[in-house]
Amino acid sequence: MKIEHSVLVGTLESSDVQITLSNGDGGVEVTLQSDVAAEYGDQITAVVRDVLAEYGIADAAVQVVDKGALDCTIRARMIAAVQRAIDAPHDPKWEVIAHD
Amino acid sequence: MENEIGHNIPDSLLKETGHRPFTGEEIVDTEVHWTGPTVHIGHKHGSKLCASIHDAIVATGLRDGMTISFHHHFREGDHVFGLVMREIMAMGIQDLTLAPSSLTNVMNDVVIDAVRAGTVTRITSSGMRGTLGEFVSHGGMREPVIFRSHGGRARAIEEGDIRIDVAFLGVPSSDEMGNANGTHGKAVFGSLGYALMDARYANQVVLLTDDLVEYPNTPASINETEVDYVVTVPSVGDPDKIGTGATRFTKDPKELKIARMVNAVITGSEQFHDGFSFQTGSGGAALAVNRYLAQSMRDAGITASFALGGITTPTVQLLNEGLVHRILDVQDFDKGSASSMAAEEGQQEIDASWYADPHNRGAVVTNLDVAVLSALEIDTSFNVNVMTGSNGVIRGAIGGHQDAATARLTIISAPLVRGRIATVTSAVDTLVTPGSSVDVLVTEVGVAVNPARPELRERLTGVAGLPLTDIATLRDRALSIVGIPAPIQHGERTVALVEYRDGTLLDVIHDVA
Repeated sequence: MKIEHSVLVGTLESSDVQITLSNGDGGVEVTLQSDVAAEYGDQITAVVRDVLAEYGIADAAVQVVDKGALDCTIRARMIAAVQRAIDAPHDPKWEVIAHD
Repeated sequence: MENEIGHNIPDSLLKETGHRPFTGEEIVDTEVHWTGPTVHIGHKHGSKLCASIHDAIVATGLRDGMTISFHHHFREGDHVFGLVMREIMAMGIQDLTLAPSSLTNVMNDVVIDAVRAGTVTRITSSGMRGTLGEFVSHGGMREPVIFRSHGGRARAIEEGDIRIDVAFLGVPSSDEMGNANGTHGKAVFGSLGYALMDARYANQVVLLTDDLVEYPNTPASINETEVDYVVTVPSVGDPDKIGTGATRFTKDPKELKIARMVNAVITGSEQFHDGFSFQTGSGGAALAVNRYLAQSMRDAGITASFALGGITTPTVQLLNEGLVHRILDVQDFDKGSASSMAAEEGQQEIDASWYADPHNRGAVVTNLDVAVLSALEIDTSFNVNVMTGSNGVIRGAIGGHQDAATARLTIISAPLVRGRIATVTSAVDTLVTPGSSVDVLVTEVGVAVNPARPELRERLTGVAGLPLTDIATLRDRALSIVGIPAPIQHGERTVALVEYRDGTLLDVIHDVA
């Protein structure tokens, strides 16, 4: 899968996450800004990378501004970001979404 | 040696600071010696007015190495601290010990500047937050900060662990001889509870006021026998930032649920009897507890002998209704309670020693039935941390936590998680109130009774609306929501000491990279 255009999802409300997803430089690069980066930075980055991998996206630049979101929230925001970035907002990839 | 929760306190540190390690919350039957101030007499006839802060500082003879103090009753509206500290820095005085009752955010920049300039080299306080907490946690001071509870500070002053050379005390109303109160003037905060210790024990006392009134000023909480100099300043504080305005009742369903459960614990316990006493504190959930408890008291026909601690308008309303017979008031959190202290006979100003000092001849907390307290973190041994955040950085204050926790029934009320931070953990980062003081934890998903109180658990079993569980289950549930955090990376350097109220050493706080 390929990112067709940059998208911005989520909000800066407490317990939410705002993600900007755009084309990368030949790999996946994640930048994270979070008050809980020391405690949960690795987990947040892993969730982001997992979703990209499940969509088969190998080239992406992801800016994550986290406001204490739980993994389920980060995952949901990432799925929305990818579906829109690949121009398939109404064509959900169920095998990713049904992931438990 | 290791303390109660296995935190290592080096013997070398104990030797260096002269602390005894914490062994338990029991106060032993013994004698202590109180110190008194050195009183400067003979030149105080007529007016004590000084033309400026500078002149007052010169008059006190403040010099390198001395100890100065302030109170924090103006909270985030304080103007006095900055005015005095900037002048002391300009005068080039060095190596001072700063011993305020606490430090609020509005003081942070000045403290950091004063430490960097060498003006302040030691600090003891109830706590600190924001940029100052970060500064200290990242190793900004050479000497460890000493944190003490409000009762612990009163004890330290009486016993001479803190010897204040000069106290600079802002007051909303004073005459030129130093008869002063906190209830009249432009920036009222009500009780002068914490400052009364400084007024009584400091070698020299400078009052700063923006409302100089005719002699003699009454009511006089601080009086002229204790005051050396009086200075007028344009403004002692911003009344809008001293406390919250109208106290708002929370609409947050989670806070309301916790408050209902806290009330069910209180009313289900043997402490809920005619003439009982309580401290519920401030904050949304605490005010909600107040409201539920008041209704339960009306329904049961029970009245309370006293309410204690930081006081808010809803508590004053309980006094007016006759549900509470007396308010013992060490601090007021809003304008209503601050102003009413002047008019209400039943709202008695008390000093920090009367409130909570473990080494005097009687402190109110000794007779406290119910305390409702908060926690940043509580571990499976019921130890509480209200001092360091999830990243290990200092961002809190002991306040009266350790003191009120000696109540017959101590309830910690806290949400299971805050954002992505678990409140219930396996081991607190910093031990502030020992688990032996805590009886019950109330969260929105369940109530855990300390296993050391089987009779209480028995009593609460079957109380409607109280889902009893154990604290390890609550911890597991919290972690299942937020995930397991990476451990806090503390360094080797000791940046702060946490004393228990009796002056023994509870824990040390290490730096954060």
